[in-house]
Amino acid sequence: MRTYGFYILLILTLFGCVKSNDNFLDRAPSNILLDEQVWKDEVLVLSVIANLYDRYPDYQTIENWSEFAAFDEAFASESGQYGRHKNQQYSYGSWGYWDYGYIRELNLFIEKCGKANLLKPEVRDRFLAEARFLRANVYFELVKRMGGVPLVLEPLTYDYKGDPGALQRPRQKESEIYDFVIREMDAIMPALPDDANIKSRATKGLVLATKARAALYAASIAKYGATTPQVSLPGGEVGIPASMADGYYKTALAAAQQLINSGKYALYNKKPDNRSENFAALFYDKGGNPEVIFVKDFKLQSGKVQEWTLANQPRSLAEEQQGGRLNPSLNLVQSFEKLDNTFAPYATNTPGGDYIYYDKPEDMFAGRDARLAGTVILPGTEFKSKKVDIWAGYILKDGSIVTANNFGGQAVVGGNRIQVVGFDGPIDNLEFSAQTGFYVRKYQDPAVGSGRIGTKSEVWWVRYRYAEVLLNAAEAAFELGDKNTAAGYLNQVRARAGLTIPLAPGDITFDRIVHERKVELAFEGHQLWDMKRWRLAHIVWDGLSTDLTIHPESARSTSTRVFGLLPYRIYNPGTPQDGKWVFKKVIPSNVTSAHQFRLGNYYSFIGDDIRNNNPLVIKNPNQ
Amino acid sequence: MRNNLFIIIIVLLAASCKKDNYPAPGTTFKGRITYQGEAVNVSHGEVFFELWESGWGKRTPINVAVAQDGSFSSLLFDGNYQLVLPKGQGPYLTLPDAASHTDTTLLQLKGDRTMDIEVLPYYMVRNAKVSATGRQVTANCKLEKIITDTRAKNVERVTLYVNRTQFVDGINNIVTQSMNGGDIQDPGNVTLLVNVPAVNPVQSSVFVRVGVKIEGVEDMIFSPVIEQKL
Repeated sequence: MRTYGFYILLILTLFGCVKSNDNFLDRAPSNILLDEQVWKDEVLVLSVIANLYDRYPDYQTIENWSEFAAFDEAFASESGQYGRHKNQQYSYGSWGYWDYGYIRELNLFIEKCGKANLLKPEVRDRFLAEARFLRANVYFELVKRMGGVPLVLEPLTYDYKGDPGALQRPRQKESEIYDFVIREMDAIMPALPDDANIKSRATKGLVLATKARAALYAASIAKYGATTPQVSLPGGEVGIPASMADGYYKTALAAAQQLINSGKYALYNKKPDNRSENFAALFYDKGGNPEVIFVKDFKLQSGKVQEWTLANQPRSLAEEQQGGRLNPSLNLVQSFEKLDNTFAPYATNTPGGDYIYYDKPEDMFAGRDARLAGTVILPGTEFKSKKVDIWAGYILKDGSIVTANNFGGQAVVGGNRIQVVGFDGPIDNLEFSAQTGFYVRKYQDPAVGSGRIGTKSEVWWVRYRYAEVLLNAAEAAFELGDKNTAAGYLNQVRARAGLTIPLAPGDITFDRIVHERKVELAFEGHQLWDMKRWRLAHIVWDGLSTDLTIHPESARSTSTRVFGLLPYRIYNPGTPQDGKWVFKKVIPSNVTSAHQFRLGNYYSFIGDDIRNNNPLVIKNPNQ
Repeated sequence: MRNNLFIIIIVLLAASCKKDNYPAPGTTFKGRITYQGEAVNVSHGEVFFELWESGWGKRTPINVAVAQDGSFSSLLFDGNYQLVLPKGQGPYLTLPDAASHTDTTLLQLKGDRTMDIEVLPYYMVRNAKVSATGRQVTANCKLEKIITDTRAKNVERVTLYVNRTQFVDGINNIVTQSMNGGDIQDPGNVTLLVNVPAVNPVQSSVFVRVGVKIEGVEDMIFSPVIEQKL
């Protein structure tokens, strides 16, 4: 029986094969689209470029919360990430990036799009400009991480003759890559729409913002690179001559001013009555947001959602047994200035050594820059209209502390069994609790369901926004000696934040510029690149276990370890202090090392494999 | 049937286990980083140099780490190596090789070899002495400026490090005391004091080193580690 079956099958197979079909080998595939099918259809091309947009490189983003704890902005309250605070040194390979596969695909897209004469010319030109924008952006990303890199602008193809020499290019000068980015922005601008409502595709506004940022980076590397002459290579692959600084600053200022003067964008100010709420809303409000220039967008029920809120929601209000991972540091929190434009560390004790008593925990943070409460969930404040429960325990009359080691834990105080620690912590060494006393607020989604595993959040990731353009303009103007203009732009950003006393031109210093970017752009992925281009990274993260600075206004004060500020309740019935709040500055026990940024970290290590394949690529300095 | 299969697998496995045809590397290359015969002390795990061996498909250096006391030791195959002290590694300048007049020294290994690598440090810490009264540790040393020409650099700070183990440097310490370079009155007589905190479990001695941070140079130069009874 089995034999018959076999013969039948054999016969069927043979006849099946010889059935006359002349096109047997020429059938169009039904599972892929061919070039000629794609390049005549606008919608299909859009899906191709959507894929290319999706591969836009980012470092710290809302899809990768733990990278925000890499420096001194935040503590990573998850046991798998404690290592970030136990390692002293960053590896030379940290932040490395070398995606020539992506560049090749962009080059292929540009080549094919240039020949696609079945598309409408204006449509084709826009696609072409978008791909060129993405390619220039990849080079911008490469140059800020690796220094000058080989500039490949056509799809390279190997000829299989055994000699890959034709594919090997040496590294360009660092300045030449920045020049390329700036030049490309000028070239593609006319083909792009001048529409501020387009947020997730390239626009004229985005091109100007990118140009301003790139020129500013190049300018500051030229200017401040002079302070670290060791961080350079004789061929200019790393390092830009100081003489080029002014030219780049002028380019940056002009590009930023062109965007500002176009009037297409504005600072977000839909909730002027509550400036903290307004600042927080700027990141999650997707309806006609005038400030946002370029985003990575997400959409519910589409599969493209992000879990920032899920990972970082306050634990007591969480919609799942999740959250509380990113705890902003006291280092960051104390950088927010007071409303009279002065700086002060938080006062926990009187000069005599006694505690300072506060009626409510939020009183400690009163009278500060409104961006503080817009960036950080402070003890005593609300999230999703519910109060967070952050307090570390009771302090008894004799100074002893009563606390517990689980969320909302109880203990016997004064004969009664009561709750002695908040449902959000802080509990040292307990993951997801606010181990520094704070939770992050920026980018948290107030929508119901955003903290659920099954729903997640559609808040977008903002890559460029108008406030940064203003700060870029202010920095460039300041460096060019025009303090009037710098103060004007800086004050716009500060007024939105609730700082009502404008800075006078004489107040504008380098430290002011550094500080303003620190507080305005916290948790937006700017910190590392800013510290690198100002050549401040090895000074601020110098590897010494120094105490928390009492000079948050100084750009050069060290900040190598993450500190916290914990609120305690006083239990001392019959005295006026009973029930009041005091604060203790602490260092979480998992912070065991001070961060050291070495000179060799300014430009990431180019792997041995890359240099083996292309011996023309030389190594970065100090590695 | 299953038994047969099992035997076949065993035989195949046994047949595939051919003896490795390479002997393990067995040649020791060791020595010290020295200045005029005296070892240059550096911090643990910070300084390395590179050995390159050509003739292989991929060119990847062997990084040889320099220990705290300036010594190094590496187990290698016999062969011809190129020894390179990378720029920016270590608190010293590299002397050009006498034979090649470049930064590369040719190194022939044929059996164990001990070789000191001579460098030109910016400073040397001389005559380091440590004493203690109670838990207060006093260190005294002399800073000798070795490079005095146009390449000379100033001292940024001098730091006294104390640790409970033999590893003593910026990472491994329980207490430190620094003095800024500008505050040094007499480089020939630098004294630093520090109070050693209580350690648990109790130990009768601590390990002490003096480190010098030179302006614009990342790696520090140290005195030898001294064990001090408390």
